[in-house]
Amino acid sequence: MIKAILIFNNHGKPRLIRFYQYFAEDMQQQIIRETFHLVSKRDDNVCNFLEGGSLIGGSDYKLIYRHYATLYFVFCVDSSESELGILDLIQVFVETLDKCFENVCELDLIFHMDKVHYILQEVVMGGMVLETNMNEIIAQVEVQNRLEKSEVRPFLSSSKSFPLIYVFGFSQVSAIKYSLSVL
Amino acid sequence: MALKIVKGSIDRMFDKNLQDLVRGIRNHKEDEAKYISTCIDEIKQELKQDNIAVKANAVCKLTYLQMLGYDVSWAAFNIVEVMSSSKFTYKRIGYLAASQCFHESTDVIMLTTNQIRKDLSSPNQYDTGVALTGLSCFVTPDLARDLANDIMTLMSHTKPYIRKKAVLIMYKVFLKYPESLRPAFPRLKEKLEDPDPGVQSAAVNVICELARRNPKNYLSLAPLFFKLMTSSTNNWVLIKIIKLFGALTPLEPRLGKKLIEPLTNLIHRIYLFFSQILHHLSAITLVCFSWLIAFLFFITVLISLSSGMPNHSASIQLCVQKLRILIEDSDQNLKYLGLLAMSKILKTHPKSVQSHKDLILQCLDDKDESIRLRALDLLYGMVSKKNLMEIVKKLMLHVDKAEGTTYRDELLTKIIDICSQSNYQYITNFEWYISILVELTRLEGTRHGHLIASQMLDVAIRVKAIRVFAVAQMATLLDNAHMLTGNTQRNGICEVLYAAAWICGEFSEHLENPMETLEAMLRPKVATLPGHIQAVYVQNAAKLFATVLKSQEGNTDSTTAQEASQLMIDRLPLFVQSANLEVQERASCILQLVKYIQKLQQKDVEVSEEVCALFAGELNPVAPKAQKKVPIPDGLDLDAWINEPPSESESEDEQPKAIFSKEEPKHSRPRHTEVDEKELARRREARKQEQANNPFYIKASPSSQKVYQETPGVEHIPVVQIDLSVPLKVPGLPMSDQYVKLEEERRQKERAEKKKKDKKKRKEKRSGRGKKHDSGPESEEDITPAHMVDIVTEEMPENALPSDDDERDPADPHKKSSKHKKKKQKREKEDKEKKKKKKHHHHHHHHGDKGGEESVQNGTVEEEEPLPRRLISVMLTFIFLFYSFDRKAYDIQGNLQDGSQVVVSVIFENKCDSFLKSMEFNVLDSLNSKLQRPEGSGPHDSLTIPFQLPPGVSNEARFVFTVQSIIMPQKLKGTLTFIVKNEESSTHEKLDFKLHFTCTSYLITTPCYSDAFAKLLESGDLKSSSIRLEGVNMPFHHLLARICFHHHFSVVERIDSCASMYSRSIQGHHVCLLVKISSQTVSVDAKCDEPTLLGNVLDEIKQTFSQC
Repeated sequence: MIKAILIFNNHGKPRLIRFYQYFAEDMQQQIIRETFHLVSKRDDNVCNFLEGGSLIGGSDYKLIYRHYATLYFVFCVDSSESELGILDLIQVFVETLDKCFENVCELDLIFHMDKVHYILQEVVMGGMVLETNMNEIIAQVEVQNRLEKSEVRPFLSSSKSFPLIYVFGFSQVSAIKYSLSVL
Repeated sequence: MALKIVKGSIDRMFDKNLQDLVRGIRNHKEDEAKYISTCIDEIKQELKQDNIAVKANAVCKLTYLQMLGYDVSWAAFNIVEVMSSSKFTYKRIGYLAASQCFHESTDVIMLTTNQIRKDLSSPNQYDTGVALTGLSCFVTPDLARDLANDIMTLMSHTKPYIRKKAVLIMYKVFLKYPESLRPAFPRLKEKLEDPDPGVQSAAVNVICELARRNPKNYLSLAPLFFKLMTSSTNNWVLIKIIKLFGALTPLEPRLGKKLIEPLTNLIHRIYLFFSQILHHLSAITLVCFSWLIAFLFFITVLISLSSGMPNHSASIQLCVQKLRILIEDSDQNLKYLGLLAMSKILKTHPKSVQSHKDLILQCLDDKDESIRLRALDLLYGMVSKKNLMEIVKKLMLHVDKAEGTTYRDELLTKIIDICSQSNYQYITNFEWYISILVELTRLEGTRHGHLIASQMLDVAIRVKAIRVFAVAQMATLLDNAHMLTGNTQRNGICEVLYAAAWICGEFSEHLENPMETLEAMLRPKVATLPGHIQAVYVQNAAKLFATVLKSQEGNTDSTTAQEASQLMIDRLPLFVQSANLEVQERASCILQLVKYIQKLQQKDVEVSEEVCALFAGELNPVAPKAQKKVPIPDGLDLDAWINEPPSESESEDEQPKAIFSKEEPKHSRPRHTEVDEKELARRREARKQEQANNPFYIKASPSSQKVYQETPGVEHIPVVQIDLSVPLKVPGLPMSDQYVKLEEERRQKERAEKKKKDKKKRKEKRSGRGKKHDSGPESEEDITPAHMVDIVTEEMPENALPSDDDERDPADPHKKSSKHKKKKQKREKEDKEKKKKKKHHHHHHHHGDKGGEESVQNGTVEEEEPLPRRLISVMLTFIFLFYSFDRKAYDIQGNLQDGSQVVVSVIFENKCDSFLKSMEFNVLDSLNSKLQRPEGSGPHDSLTIPFQLPPGVSNEARFVFTVQSIIMPQKLKGTLTFIVKNEESSTHEKLDFKLHFTCTSYLITTPCYSDAFAKLLESGDLKSSSIRLEGVNMPFHHLLARICFHHHFSVVERIDSCASMYSRSIQGHHVCLLVKISSQTVSVDAKCDEPTLLGNVLDEIKQTFSQC
């Protein structure tokens, strides 16, 4: 089982957290801090496995992490998961993000945390690995995005029938456009 | 309507969406908290609106804030509202928020049941998918119970996307609502053969998780999994299945047999593939990643398979070889995984890993902490007497260098683990170990002070020889206590002072300067230590005080003693004021005592004896197993009810055995047993209390120990006298490094001595010596301990029964009276003499013609005296040819306890230069004689000998036989199996022997007076018989001595060349001899009430003399 998935940057700022076991918010933050502390002091050329996180689980749990440019992807797993398997899974996840965001960077994760969550939901469900085939993951994510667009479009077209530009001026409309295109 | 939409969109325009929020937070780095609180206010406003889009937007922002650590549970109801939106977009936002912040105690969850059910049955598969994903994160027992059926239906959904999610979530449902497992299981099993690989993988995943909790119930699926394993191409499925097999095979060895073939082949295949890729690529890429995963898992499973089957060492060897390549790889991940797999092999096949010691030691220097930790784990199984010091030295270097406290603490525990493993087996020099412990106390901020303390106590109590040294070290520690306590109150290392104070107090007779230590223990700074340590300080200060008084007794100048009293009186009031009750109580008690003593001192009354009596007696450790070993007295049935149990009124319907372990607990257990357990615990507690208060509990009487627990023990091993130019006088703390050097020198010396001995031996040209242990490379077994340390094992209760699981004979040679010991040694000497005689055909040597007879008589009397009346010593001597490489001699002595029981002591001496272990002794019982085996074992089971034999060491084991008739000699066939272990290999060996119970062995040396002897002969109950011995060429007294010694007779009367002798059998038969000698012919006329016995005894006597 996967206990938690944490993504944070080189300064320890969380970009996505996903706990599959309940922890109160302050505890979650503490775990992030501890994990960051453990992971960040390690060189890039050492192994990707780490024992000794005291807050989650204890001795049965391991941190398996990868460091990509400015981001750390950390999976906290128990002994039923294979180390290399999870490492592979992180890679699959990151490559999927890369495909979905087209050259993913930290900013994508910062502004689209919800989307990252939706992608993750197609990879891991309730702490168990759901799908490891990247094409399948991307296909499902895209279908759902299309579904979302189809739900939002009618609203967009109906609102477009009103000459908003006269009411609020140009800048406001571009703001709407931006927000809609993002959604 | 249109207006409403306009209004909604206008509202939205003023709202921040998620991106705006993130941007805002980034722009307000200085007053982030303030900015967020205004945002939360806005969100609260938005949530109050009717527009679901606005609400969804607000909830989405809340999800983000939750990630930053803000509690958003106040919006739980709004989240539920968003979840129930009919639009997928909003529903998804709602479920995401719910999965992030709902948990079991969120009360609005119960409002969601119907909504979720609706979503699960939605025609839109993504609505269903989103609901399943969300539910997997916040499913509660109630939800699981209510929705189990709906989810089960979804497992057969037409869309694989839903099927796989439904299958996965079933695991969560099982966890929360175990009753659902039984009805759902058949369908889950079906899904293992689902056409969609994703669903299949999910089903395997769930079953593996279930099997991890309770593998037994999933054995029946093994054939199915086997099929999957050979057909599946999905690596994830493969990994999971192999893991599952790993859990199943220990339960069903046949499964392993079936698996081992295909797996070994696969390893070769995969490895070939893998190594080809390695050749082409410098780094591990995704391409071969999954192959590698599979490879490692095959290894894992092989290990678990072969743990059940010892014959697969070849496959294990293969694995270890491949692993070595992994560990040597430059890729750190491979190195780590290689070590991880190694440690799994180490558990079952330590041999095969040990040969890669060099590699492991190398990994210890790796820059990566994870790898070092793994290597540390492996190190545990790698140490030997030879390399322990070296390894620990290396670890100590790491301790000094280590930065993080976690790693340092890990190192510390590992050092102690490694040193103390299997009863300090690998420690040759305990002074070194104490120094290591003292060095470890210099670690700041470690949590393991108590661990070091308990080691110090353990070693000081159990290794008597080390006490002087330990006490000196502890005194230094006490003197430098400020260094340990200096920093913080939380500093765990001050626990060490607990041990130091106790050792100094308890063994204060070894202290060089007790007065100084006393002063150190009563310093005001002590009051800052934790209460329990202060209490020990106070108590042991009193012990020290007693020692000071004793040492000053008889000294005309009594100032020192008076100074000591004054010191106590001056300093103790500080402790009397302590907030800790324990400290207070002890201090005030001791203070009054000292005041009284001072009064007496002023009157010049000698008090030291009385004071010392307060602390007299030794505290001994009690073995953890001691309680278990207390034999149940006759007629006590622990299972019988004292009071009849209340009748079971509640009849619970027996539930059939569940597949899922959690289904069973609690309900089915009848209530009264629970009460009973409590009651039992109470009684146990009471009994413990009683035993603790019972001064007779700990000490076992020597007589009872003797029967079972006596070992010739370590004191007979020749102690190498070495000139240890011990650098102990160095002020301050010791340096363990010195010992490494010293040890090296010592070993060299030993080796030199050994060489000398070997040469001598060669000169003597003894035939039959198989191997000459020439200098060569120093083998592990050559190392003898530096100073003979008797590890005092924990005490066992009186009458403790020996049992197979004892690692060592629980004897404590020191507990026996010195007289006893002497006796023992003497006997040993006699044995040796006898052996010598047999081997070299020397004459038995008794000097002086006339002293001879006396010595015989004395010998006989002494032989009998220390033994309890009914214990008879019987000597049997065997010499076996032992295997092909060495010769081994066994001495067997038997003790008879009553008419039908014979105790046979076998001295095992290891004469080869390999380590012997796992010795098992078995005898083929005859109708007449049976080996007594522990209860519960079959008539052909062998007895495990509770010790191992390093080369050159001998030890004694005792076996009890039941004999019915003693009138005939007996030969019992037996085998001794054992493992011969040396550096390179270990082999299983068997040694057949015959145990010869001569009739003589049943005779007991009993003195008889001549008048009683005459009466016996006159009684006429005795049958007579006689033999003649020709060509006996020895003085008459030698002849008599020989009969006395070998056949347990005593001389009744001797007149010139004629003597009458007497002996008695264990079953009360009288045997009388009249021995006459004329020239070289000896005639023996004998009478006995049992003619068969007599005939046999005479035959044996004849044989004895025909041999000389």
